[in-house]
Amino acid sequence: MEDVFLLYARIAAYGFRRHSAYRAAALAGAFTNSVFGILRAYVLIALWQARPGLAGYDVTDAVTFCFLSQAFIGPMQVFGGGLQLAGRVRSGDVAVDLLRPASLQLWSLADDLGRAAYLFLLRSLPPTFLGAALFGIVVPAGPAAWAAFAASFTLGVLVSFALRYLTALSCFWIVDDQGVQSLSLVLTLFLSGMVLPLNLFPGWFGELTRTLPWAAMVQVPADVYLGKRDVLEALAFQISWAAALLALGALATRAARRKVVVQGG
Amino acid sequence: MIEVDRAGRSFTVGRGSARRTVHAVRDLSFTVGAGEFVGYLGPNGAGKSTTIKMLTGVLAPTSGRLRVAGLDPTRRRTALARRIGVVFGQRTTLWWDLPLKDSFQLIRYLYKVDRIDFRRRLDELAGLLDLGSFMDTPVRQLSLGQRMRGDVTAALLHDPAVLVLDEPTIGLDVVSKAAMRDFLRRLNAERGTTVLLTTHDLGDIEKLCRRVMLIDHGRLGFDGTLDELRATGPDGDSLEEVVARLYTGSAPGTPAPP
Repeated sequence: MEDVFLLYARIAAYGFRRHSAYRAAALAGAFTNSVFGILRAYVLIALWQARPGLAGYDVTDAVTFCFLSQAFIGPMQVFGGGLQLAGRVRSGDVAVDLLRPASLQLWSLADDLGRAAYLFLLRSLPPTFLGAALFGIVVPAGPAAWAAFAASFTLGVLVSFALRYLTALSCFWIVDDQGVQSLSLVLTLFLSGMVLPLNLFPGWFGELTRTLPWAAMVQVPADVYLGKRDVLEALAFQISWAAALLALGALATRAARRKVVVQGG
Repeated sequence: MIEVDRAGRSFTVGRGSARRTVHAVRDLSFTVGAGEFVGYLGPNGAGKSTTIKMLTGVLAPTSGRLRVAGLDPTRRRTALARRIGVVFGQRTTLWWDLPLKDSFQLIRYLYKVDRIDFRRRLDELAGLLDLGSFMDTPVRQLSLGQRMRGDVTAALLHDPAVLVLDEPTIGLDVVSKAAMRDFLRRLNAERGTTVLLTTHDLGDIEKLCRRVMLIDHGRLGFDGTLDELRATGPDGDSLEEVVARLYTGSAPGTPAPP
């Protein structure tokens, strides 16, 4: 058991190091995320000045939400991808991965957590500090609030991985995953709260979006940060979705192992 | 060490009215004893890679049964992985962005190799395959020959009883090729590792294999010693001519109806 943990901890550490080979790309990402954060902040400020108290946020909450969501883009890979798996299935290299005496899903997860940790440092901190410096943002009060946010953020990464893993795994059944990728991108952008806080959506549609798994990625961690949501209820929501999606991923992995043609030679 | 008993693998391809069943391997039977060095030949698309994927547990056979190192590959994939080594010449098991030595460390954890055994085996392999000068180089910067030596090392760190090689000399220059062959010959002779070698390079076969199996259209077309293989053609024919005749001559059966 301890061995297994050590193995996956190593893989996570190597995932971190592997991504550090692409520091320039990460810094360019941080720059883009920060600039878009500023643009979005002005839009939201205008909106909240016209409609104060919208969605239960004041202007500072809205600006904080904006920069937090920008900070989530890297670690939660909001625009999709981040896993090498899809490409490896398409090229047939996954045959090598399937040979290993390890779980494909846990392996990918460990690697992805390493990636997320690296991108947290390089792509989450800069836009957050910039937002704080330019506009002023909400800061959680006390260690308990920070711990709650850390847990919620990590669960957000976990849900994001589970969804992206399923998307990547679809390559086993369909030759090209571009359709699934773009569908997933649109769903993630709108249903995570990335484009607009989900609290803005009215009626049953709003209710629905707040119960779907994508909400666990941006909306819920941001609300936990802002102190707008009961912590235990929020974490339970995220844990349920993470567990359900990871279980689905495990089933899909098993089905892929059984049925499917490994491409090429 | 390897037993294949009437194994078959079919795939369903296409959809709608174009849906049909392709038999990549059918009714394939052979055994390989411990310590043998067997060449596994066949034209492109003959079913070699499918066989290897079944032997290593990546693909489940649709009929028949297989045993490798005493285990059913599909059911005991993880246990089997610790007893066999596999090299896909056209793919790599190494981590692209990490230094070569880091890949070996990960493999040590993955295969639960004892630290002391690992150190000893790595030193030995690094010496034999001359890895010293590029241990710290990220894999993406290695030449093909260096990467292949790294891949072979990776496949042997857990001291497997069986080594399965899928085109391990593809793309290598004459010197690298000779070094690789020399290494494989010694591995088989000195450690008694059973080797199954798939290749299109008949030089590999001539230099290394005592026994040759030839698969075509998913069936075993020839199984015998290198001399017996030569004897199927007229005297004076090169191995290339003999094999080419077998590839084209073994009547191409029409694909089975769905």
